[in-house]
Amino acid sequence: MELILDIFTGICFFIGSLSIIIGACGLIKLPDVFSRIHAAGMIDTAGTAFFILGMIFQTGWSLITVKLILIGVFIFFTSPVTSHVTANLARQKNILPVGKKIGKIL
Amino acid sequence: MFLAGLIACAITGILILVRIILGETTFDRILAVNSLGTVIVIGISLHGFYSNRPEFLDIAIVYALINFIGTVAVLKLFSTGSLGGDK
Repeated sequence: MELILDIFTGICFFIGSLSIIIGACGLIKLPDVFSRIHAAGMIDTAGTAFFILGMIFQTGWSLITVKLILIGVFIFFTSPVTSHVTANLARQKNILPVGKKIGKIL
Repeated sequence: MFLAGLIACAITGILILVRIILGETTFDRILAVNSLGTVIVIGISLHGFYSNRPEFLDIAIVYALINFIGTVAVLKLFSTGSLGGDK
């Protein structure tokens, strides 16, 4: 049983590590703010969810599980708020997406 | 296993720092700092498990809360020029 849980934890950590590294590479490579929000959302949702799932497999049922679920739920709800505020403010400050000429946005 | 996750968090942190230094606009930097905060929350949790002291999760919760409030406060300050107190 321990071995199965360790294997599940390893798989979850592998997917989470891949997600956050791909998200950071996208944060460097993508051209403007509006597409970088997509990469940041990748780090915030997929990476955090898989790492926390892997840690939950290691603890079992205790108070630590409750704290882990609290962190996961909090980041899951605050990440879209931050992304929305950033995109809205960038649009108000007239930052254009790449490939869009001066004119009507949206 | 936890050490591998910590190394992945360190590599991600270095890549995000490159974006913070290079960032063209202020919004790029704010977005990257928010992502760095999320990666640090994961790193604190993993370090707690790695050193067999899961009490570090309390610090991770507080860091997540302050990360959100700080990002929204900096965006509001950049938007309106004040934090909404008495003029």
